[in-house]
Amino acid sequence: MDTLLKVEGICGGYDNKPVINNVSLEIKQADFLGIIGPNGGGKSTLLRLMSRALMPIKGKISLEGRDLARLSHKEIARKIAFIPQLTLINFSFTVWEIVLMGRIPHLSRMQSEGKIDFSIAERALSLTDTLNLRNRRIDELSAGERQRVIIAKALTQEPLLLFLDEPTSHLDIGHQVQILDLLAELNQKNNLSIVIVLHDLNLAGEYCKNIILLDNGEIFKQGTPEEVLTYQNIESLYKTVVVVKDNPVTLKPHVLLVPGNIKCKQE
Amino acid sequence: MKNKELPFGQKMHFPNASFGLKRKIILLAAIFILAVILGILKGSVNLSFLELISRENRQILHLRFARVILAIVASSGLSVCGIVLQAILRNPLAEPYLLGTSSGAGVAAVIALTLGAASFYIPFAAFIGAILTTLLVYYISRERGKIGVHSLILSGVIVSIAFSAIILFLLSTSERQTLHGISWWLWGNLEVFDYKLLFAVTLIVALGIFVTYLFSQDLNAISIGEEEALHLGVNVELVKKILLFLVSLITAAIISVCGVIGFVGLIIPHITRLVIGPNHRLLIPVSCILSSAFMLLCDSFARTLFSPSEIPIGVITAIVGAPIFIILLKKSEVK
Repeated sequence: MDTLLKVEGICGGYDNKPVINNVSLEIKQADFLGIIGPNGGGKSTLLRLMSRALMPIKGKISLEGRDLARLSHKEIARKIAFIPQLTLINFSFTVWEIVLMGRIPHLSRMQSEGKIDFSIAERALSLTDTLNLRNRRIDELSAGERQRVIIAKALTQEPLLLFLDEPTSHLDIGHQVQILDLLAELNQKNNLSIVIVLHDLNLAGEYCKNIILLDNGEIFKQGTPEEVLTYQNIESLYKTVVVVKDNPVTLKPHVLLVPGNIKCKQE
Repeated sequence: MKNKELPFGQKMHFPNASFGLKRKIILLAAIFILAVILGILKGSVNLSFLELISRENRQILHLRFARVILAIVASSGLSVCGIVLQAILRNPLAEPYLLGTSSGAGVAAVIALTLGAASFYIPFAAFIGAILTTLLVYYISRERGKIGVHSLILSGVIVSIAFSAIILFLLSTSERQTLHGISWWLWGNLEVFDYKLLFAVTLIVALGIFVTYLFSQDLNAISIGEEEALHLGVNVELVKKILLFLVSLITAAIISVCGVIGFVGLIIPHITRLVIGPNHRLLIPVSCILSSAFMLLCDSFARTLFSPSEIPIGVITAIVGAPIFIILLKKSEVK
């Protein structure tokens, strides 16, 4: 399968203090890659580097074989859509206006949306089951509804890659499953490649095809959920005692925590 | 699930169902036209329509036309600048004078007056003062080559306070005549002194608004958030620089001939958003119509309320604008 994004030995961070150290990875079509790791490990920074919200200090990233650093933001936005953790919108745009903004990378400054753009936006709304919300104001929606609208906006960009930075951290368990089911469906039916930063190890284990465990800006472990989510890996990085068992229904690894066993002074 | 389930009255933003929107715009345009007619018919000198169009009053008619044009130009420019700054800074309190333009122009005008410059040169001094001050504010607020939103607000406020103090100091030490010469300016004024100057300002403001309009969709994206706009392919830093440059140019041009007319650039953007929503493609043109109507009506009050003497326009915009805004705000909360 085609390699969409290739990351070769990048270092990067803020104020020339590298948060990410010598990371290499490849994202292929229809990948579902999870990035997990302790706080401050560089998960979000890696995602920002890969979408050029941040320029790497060292290393090279190529998007479909082209150097990411040489592409304009507009060209990148036609290939990569980015969903942040929490989108706080103070202006009361309607859902329809928000979703249409996904067409910005495809239109020139003087151009307004045409029939094709409307039908793409409408399709994104129906894929995310938000058609009934389209004339509502974005600031009136619940957190779960809003996140689905933001995903619809991202789909309207018609991206090859969808980056998400902890998109479910403010949602209850029902809405978490709803969002991730939606992503899994888009991944399977539409061949959309997904890279998702997750705090919740079990969500990562359940949905991701591959997982990167990031620690101190470096890849600590990379592989299938079964390979990465072992008690040895988790215990050594998160400094706590855990038990890993299979979910009896899906047979995916689940991390169970054991209270009162913080391993601070050991090692 | 089709749009049949939608509650009534929420269809206005959908392109196929914008009847409510069209009606609102037609209503605003009608108010605007009425305000223009009122602005020409009413003035500090009371003349009937027939007297006004007669040959001997030709000059008064010309002056009134010029004044109407200046009112439209100044109010449109100020409201568009307010819209841009509120979107870029994502701050509801942002207004055109936030960048220090008003106090910078004030200092320059007072210095020019104290040095005994002819009143003809005052607008030029004010324009240069405004531009230099905004450059100073940008310079202070720059963080690693980027314009920081919070530092821009802070440096604008600090520079404004410092320059206001300088204005007060200069005025307290100057002669009475200078004081009178500058007071029209600090309170705002729509009187046209020079047709060429009016033409130049109209050109700058019209071009500025037109170019700003081309960035409507970028402004929509930036008002959601800078990071979000970046991921939609908007070159945020470049767009911010271009728009801030346009804002300071427009504000400086208006301030050089009208002085400080407060409130319009702060309130009209909010009122327009309450009426038609935050989409900049509509917001920019509709705010021009709305602000012009508002300014012309305020100016009619200013000229006729205690005629033949005039009240400073800035006083009227604040006194009339505040209650209108409060009523609209309360009404939109109830909804």
